[in-house]
Amino acid sequence: MVKEGLLYTKEHEWVKVEGGTATMGITDYAQEQLGEVTFVELPEIDKDVEPNDEVSVVESSKAASDVYSPVAGKVSEVNTALESNPELINEDCYGKGWICKLEMTDTRALDSLMKSKDYEEYLKEL
Amino acid sequence: MPFIANTVEQQKQMLADIGLKKEDLFADIPKELIAHSFNVPKGLSEQQVRNHLAELAGKNSIDLTCFLGGGFYDHFIPAAVYSIISRSEFYTAYTPYQPELSQGTLQAIYEYQSAICRLTDMEAANASLYDGGTAMYEAMMMALRITRRNKVIIDDGVNPIYRVMIHSYTSNLNIRLEQTENTSGLCDRRQIVEKIDNDTAAIIVQNPNFFGCIDDFTDIAEAAHEKGALLIVSCYPISLGILKTPGAMGADIVTGEGQSLGMPMSFGGPYLGYMATRMKHVRKMPGRIVGQTKDRLGRRAFVLTLQAREQHIRRDKATSNICSNEALCALTALVYLSLLGKEGLKETAQLCADKASYAYQRLTAIPGVEPHFKAKWFFNEFVLDLPREAADVIAKLIEKGFAAGFPLSRYYKGMDNSILISVTEKRTKQEIGMLAEALESVL
Amino acid sequence: MKLIFEKSVTGRRAVGTSPKDVPTTINIQKKLLRRRPAELPQLSELDIVRHFTELSRRNFGVDTNFYPLGSCTMKYNPKVTERIASYPGFTHLHPLLPQLRMGGMLTQGALQVIYETDLLLREITGMAGFTMQPMAGAHGELTGIMIAAAYHRDKGNKKTTVLIPDSGHGTNPASAAIAGYKVTSIPTDKNGVMDIEILKKSLNDEVAGLMLTCPNTLGLFNPHIKQICDLIHRVDGLAYYDGANLNAIVGKARPGDFGFDIVHLNLHKTFATPHGGGGPGAGPVGVTEKLLDFLPVSVVVKRSDGTYALEYDRPKSIGYIAPFYGNFLVILKAYVYILMLGKQGLERVAENAVLNANYIKEKLKDYYELPFDGICKHECVFSASKQLQENDIHAFDIAKALIDKGFHPPTVYFPTIVKESMMIEPTETESKETLDAFIDAMIEIAETAKKDPAKLKEAPITTPVSRPDETAAAKDLNIACL
Repeated sequence: MVKEGLLYTKEHEWVKVEGGTATMGITDYAQEQLGEVTFVELPEIDKDVEPNDEVSVVESSKAASDVYSPVAGKVSEVNTALESNPELINEDCYGKGWICKLEMTDTRALDSLMKSKDYEEYLKEL
Repeated sequence: MPFIANTVEQQKQMLADIGLKKEDLFADIPKELIAHSFNVPKGLSEQQVRNHLAELAGKNSIDLTCFLGGGFYDHFIPAAVYSIISRSEFYTAYTPYQPELSQGTLQAIYEYQSAICRLTDMEAANASLYDGGTAMYEAMMMALRITRRNKVIIDDGVNPIYRVMIHSYTSNLNIRLEQTENTSGLCDRRQIVEKIDNDTAAIIVQNPNFFGCIDDFTDIAEAAHEKGALLIVSCYPISLGILKTPGAMGADIVTGEGQSLGMPMSFGGPYLGYMATRMKHVRKMPGRIVGQTKDRLGRRAFVLTLQAREQHIRRDKATSNICSNEALCALTALVYLSLLGKEGLKETAQLCADKASYAYQRLTAIPGVEPHFKAKWFFNEFVLDLPREAADVIAKLIEKGFAAGFPLSRYYKGMDNSILISVTEKRTKQEIGMLAEALESVL
Repeated sequence: MKLIFEKSVTGRRAVGTSPKDVPTTINIQKKLLRRRPAELPQLSELDIVRHFTELSRRNFGVDTNFYPLGSCTMKYNPKVTERIASYPGFTHLHPLLPQLRMGGMLTQGALQVIYETDLLLREITGMAGFTMQPMAGAHGELTGIMIAAAYHRDKGNKKTTVLIPDSGHGTNPASAAIAGYKVTSIPTDKNGVMDIEILKKSLNDEVAGLMLTCPNTLGLFNPHIKQICDLIHRVDGLAYYDGANLNAIVGKARPGDFGFDIVHLNLHKTFATPHGGGGPGAGPVGVTEKLLDFLPVSVVVKRSDGTYALEYDRPKSIGYIAPFYGNFLVILKAYVYILMLGKQGLERVAENAVLNANYIKEKLKDYYELPFDGICKHECVFSASKQLQENDIHAFDIAKALIDKGFHPPTVYFPTIVKESMMIEPTETESKETLDAFIDAMIEIAETAKKDPAKLKEAPITTPVSRPDETAAAKDLNIACL
């Protein structure tokens, strides 16, 4: 399932842009591949990231998936609910399963991200 | 043909059955790569091989009375240990990838993990690493991962063989290793605290240290934690029968050599590296971990867990490359600790200390033989200074039937006359007396 | 079943301690002592023996039945090796003995075992010298990469990357990363071997080496293997052979002849030492002439007078990989095995391993999808994709069903490049009757998958536990009883 209004990466992350803030998580395809999420490693607040830096690791009993930041920015908030309820990523990956928020310092990287229709097409080819 | 079940007839039959000729089996290997022959001797029968190996075993000297230690000890091993670990369901099994067929191994490893935690007062242990040296290296790498820092402080009292190993493993990596001197037998607090800074990932110490001296690292743990660094303690497991635990001192990671827990000295291996830590670091801990869960009918069951950190899933991002470890040795340790039990381990440790103390008294009574360190408390090893070169004295004592100790000059500068002597519960009063007499006569 | 701790009875003892015959009782300063003794079990020796006997009955080993775990070479462990490895002349040796002056003469038999095993392995693999120190295959891999790094440093080469096929065992990239290298993954081509064209494109001056197993994890021998090694050498890279699959070619071909510079062996696979439930193993590393200087110390050498000694004076050595000479008792078992096989036996190992694997492959290919047909070597890889598509039956379910038929399942879900993979490695020590029984069981399961798939979802039903919840184990971590 692909949600409208979000931007997507080839590594199956989604980004929601609101002003200068980017909220991110992993897509429905990614959470399905992983199976039941057992643990989420959250980034540190104030961590500076460049595009393609690792911000999180999402673990299930059979796999561990690295999550990369699609943009440059500073981590401003993390979803602490995931500490006790990592399965929120399976239940509501685009909503309650958000991973972290970034204050963007450079928005150029957004231009290379896929819109929802393009991501849908991309998924069909996999 | 030894160990090959199928007869030549059966092999022919199988080939015919699947429509292949013998030449077809290796037709995919380019002809120029097939070896012409192998210059390996003709196969021996079981009788011949047992004779040959008995002869080789006979060329090894095992009747020297052993006072050698240095991290590897001649402890008493109850007969039941060997009986239990010789059960072929344990030793011919492989890694428990199919839990339904491996509840034996899995539950045993879970119990082993629990025993290690109880012994060290820590919260989480892994299923084993290769030996105490690689365990120390893995602990160091774990601390580097957790703190994301670059500098490690190691005390000179840590086993010098392990220190050489750590240098070997890190020569291609960007890690700063700093050594602190140990001239009194105890860690030099001033030096250590001076070196701890915001780039320090860990401080590595050992208890009892290589010299046999006992310490309490609570203050070093505090100094480390103040600056966000971790304390790694390498600890001789038998000593934990009576000594203060690294857990109680505030250690973050505990490692050590498990050979003394039921394994013979074995000329180098197999040994057992153990590792324990706090729950908050468990995801950064290398090695296999067994967890308890329930099966689909609600029954208690054991499985390998947290596998997402390991090489077969994470590949180049794994916490370690370790795959096969020392599972049967971990089982050995569990069996040994169970046979000795709560009281038995305590008594064994006390005996080691008592006998070492007796040996110390007898040996330092010899004119010219002095204790090297000022530090008062030792467990089952101590360093003595002789009036002349220790390596030579030891050679003479070999002729008299004793492996009297280890010459520290091998790894420590300026200690040419110093000898490290170890005493376990196996050594008798008579043997100690005879060592004293022999030493006196040689000097 | 209860945990051993749950069976404890306060005050119960098993083994009595050694007698106290010395007059001293040392009272160490209180602050250095633990407050309470460790809470270890308190049981009688019979209690303990029964506990572990019950545990052993919940385990399955090669001695139990067929154990075709691909990539693991679960061949028979000869009992004579166990017997010899228990001789006190070998077990009762302190490792520091030969490091004492005059001490070498006390351990000539043990040193001879290590020395002769080195020579035998050189002959078997075509390498110039071995270190017996690595204590497992992965440890051998790390050692091998460290030797490569030392070689490059010595030559002043600036190397950053190691190339590894995507079918490689996880320890390969893990070892390379731990040694400080980046990893570039080379994909598998449509014939099931490493894509040589992509390999050529990935070669540059930064490549330190290539890590490869041949045959690969699909059981296929790469016909271009010599060319591949030559290509790596052209950029002054080193070719590393992962010996986990040596059972396919042992006694038939030598990795040294293919052009490999570094080889590691798994003594607990090819050389029949027992797996122990996950070790101890041994992973000796062999190298070519140009790398001998970098081997770890100490090295066992034979002096001109015929005696054996430890040599430490090797200035370019990478240092100590193990505290001493390696897992000596494991090396000893492999030595005995090779002596018993001898030249003739050695030359039959791979022949029968390969015959047995092809026999299974031919007999099962009408029932399970075979991604790569053609002669396989010592193992064959099937896919359960047909069963998945038609009846929602996964490789996982097939494995569980096999358990009820009395067999250990093959490796599943490795290599990851084949969906629903099942890697079957019978080894040469299995008889035709066993193979036929396994084949029949697999065919039956394929039928059941069609006729009554729900039944397979419940398997296994004959074991003390069935389908433990691995997700719960990771989420609600319980890894010790404290």
